[in-house]
Amino acid sequence: MNNFESIRKKALNEWQSLQENPEPVIYIGMGTCGIAAGADKVWNQVHETISKEKIKAKVLKVGCIGPCYLEPLLDIQKPGFPRFSFNNVDEQKTIRLLSEFLNGEESKIKPLGHLGQQHKEIDGIKSFWDQPMLKNQKRIVLRNCGIIDPENINHYIARDGFKGLLKALNLGPEGIIDEIKKSGLRGRGGAGFPTGLKWQFCREAKGKPKYLICNADEGDPGAFMNRSLMEGDPFALLEGMVIAAHAIGANIGYIYIRAEYPLAIERLKTAIKQMNDLGFLGENILDSGFSFEIKLKEGAGAFVCGEETALIASIEGQRGMPRSRPPFPATSGLYGKPTNINNVETLATVPNILREGGDWYSGFGTKTSKGTKTFALVGKIRRTGLIEVPMGTTLRKIIFDIGGGTIKPFKAVQTGGPSGGCLSEEFLDLPVDYESLTQAGSIMGSGGLIVMDEHTCMVDVAKYFLKFTSQESCGKCVPCRIGTTRILEILEKITRGEGEIKDLEILKTLAHTVKNGSLCGLGQTAPNPVLTTIKYFKNEYLEHIENKRCPAAVCRDLVEYRVIKEKCTGCQRCVSVCPTGAITGPRSEPHNLDITKCIKCRACYEICRFDAIAGDAIVIE
Amino acid sequence: MKRINNIKSILDKFPQKDKSNLIEILQAVQEKDGYLSPEAIGRISEHLRVSRSYIFGVATFYSQFKFNPPGRHSIKICLGTACHVQGGDFLLNALKSQLDISTGETTKDGKFDLDRVACLGCCALAPVVKIDDTIHSRMSVIKLKEILNTYE
Repeated sequence: MNNFESIRKKALNEWQSLQENPEPVIYIGMGTCGIAAGADKVWNQVHETISKEKIKAKVLKVGCIGPCYLEPLLDIQKPGFPRFSFNNVDEQKTIRLLSEFLNGEESKIKPLGHLGQQHKEIDGIKSFWDQPMLKNQKRIVLRNCGIIDPENINHYIARDGFKGLLKALNLGPEGIIDEIKKSGLRGRGGAGFPTGLKWQFCREAKGKPKYLICNADEGDPGAFMNRSLMEGDPFALLEGMVIAAHAIGANIGYIYIRAEYPLAIERLKTAIKQMNDLGFLGENILDSGFSFEIKLKEGAGAFVCGEETALIASIEGQRGMPRSRPPFPATSGLYGKPTNINNVETLATVPNILREGGDWYSGFGTKTSKGTKTFALVGKIRRTGLIEVPMGTTLRKIIFDIGGGTIKPFKAVQTGGPSGGCLSEEFLDLPVDYESLTQAGSIMGSGGLIVMDEHTCMVDVAKYFLKFTSQESCGKCVPCRIGTTRILEILEKITRGEGEIKDLEILKTLAHTVKNGSLCGLGQTAPNPVLTTIKYFKNEYLEHIENKRCPAAVCRDLVEYRVIKEKCTGCQRCVSVCPTGAITGPRSEPHNLDITKCIKCRACYEICRFDAIAGDAIVIE
Repeated sequence: MKRINNIKSILDKFPQKDKSNLIEILQAVQEKDGYLSPEAIGRISEHLRVSRSYIFGVATFYSQFKFNPPGRHSIKICLGTACHVQGGDFLLNALKSQLDISTGETTKDGKFDLDRVACLGCCALAPVVKIDDTIHSRMSVIKLKEILNTYE
């Protein structure tokens, strides 16, 4: 183990000298989300400017630190100072920052916060961790995201990386399982099965070889926790996998990852290589006699492959169709051998538990749901992004204190993706844990939280999810294959304004049939969006059915676009964007909208809302 | 002819008769050719000694695989939940009428092909559209139209 100490010493030196770098260090958040917001342009601009102005500085890529609404994020660390974080940076702002802030000139661009100590002001600048979005969080699994260079293993090691692994190797398989059991960790993929118990089943199963699979097929639309984690701190997942493999006695592991996440795949490949080079993976890991290798398998796009047995079929190169259980994968999984499958977040939590102890981890959360959980906070909310909070935090705290609430009045929050439900305002004080959410008719799921305001139509949301599940149903079970299609047809009928009051009863009957008659989780939970919206938003269904009206003005067949003559300035913007020539009128006179030609593409509505010349003259009713 | 040679170099990397690599092979072929041609599937079937219908069965199960030649640029509209709530559907409908194609098709001039994707994981920047390898965030019908004009 002396080898580890020397590796760690080297890593600590590198980390320390980065903190005390005599030249400025620039960090740019380059997760997929950051890049989509324009971080690659900022990256290019930084390089262009520092070479042009001959500025001596080090430039580093980091992962996503969480508050996506502030992206692109750029941090500057001047000698003797911690990192100062700047938000919503573009090319122009980059040039100014590099010339003004680095030269110590008085700058109008104020940093958002510094990444030094919490609750401490430096030069009148508050800590980044005191931001309203961050101060109520507890970051355990996300602790390195946005802080370290995800392509440099030394950064990870310097921040106590692989200490958990070292302890695990000393504890031995039974010791690891005991520690995980003590921590109360439950599967973060959604179902919430106790992780320690799962490992024990696989360990005790007869048969060799045994396999460990990490489910990184984050298929829930509206969720990106695993992507961010793998992009920002791939080593945590890999360390967790080595620990899990040692506990169950597996020598081969697979990461089944979505092909839609190319950056995460790249970062994992780099991380695996670096771990192999330093002896944290491969033969005889840290001289313990234990060997383990990890292979990446790219998923090809099928939601149902999130289900364990379907995922196994997919790794075997077949159609990803679930089979009935038992036998459970723990006794007969991949190629018929004992297999343990865990979610990304579950595995990435493991090193922290081993390092700090199971009792420490179980100190967070509620009686039955221990620890912390990451959530992707998206939809019609002010502060979107990735957060981590202790289990049992209320929805109100998450949505209003951390997320800053909605701009238009809050209507609903959707948890658990297509398998979850929509919860109305009365559930805002519900503590988020496995049991409470299930009781309310939703599920914890993998952690997508989609916030909806009064401009969201709940019937449309139910229709959206059923369209998704009916397309993603693998077709094996009749109730799921045909049931979801029939439910979708009724919802389409209602949103066209052709619904009848008896449809609501038919929907409920169908939903219960699909729930009870399906083999796997997809079918068993697919009706949840319909059942919860009927239960909590029945009025909206009745409006569509009885008055043929969509109160949120979303359902295309029930709305009309109209020009308010009194507001229209006749700027002709809408005339120029209308693809069908439905809007006509001379300049400076109120325009006419011919509804027989209108295809409701919304182009005129957008330009009228966003353009200063045009007013709010076009409305959807 | 060139295309078939390409496939040979891919197939040589995978052992014969081991169908557990089928999805990886299909992904590699699509990466090279842009789609799965009937000839390519024929070659894979010979290599792995499984029927073409079995390969089609697997390939059509997954949304990633295409059976038509792609356009010069690929547009993928994200229809994840966050994008849907923020108007992803409007983008898709507007594009369908503007390009005069449905999802899974390519425009007559071979410039664009259009597809939907379940989620790109950029939910906080919804709605997003992926054109080739670039993700465009916080899209609107008008912004998207302007961006498409910049593609040749």
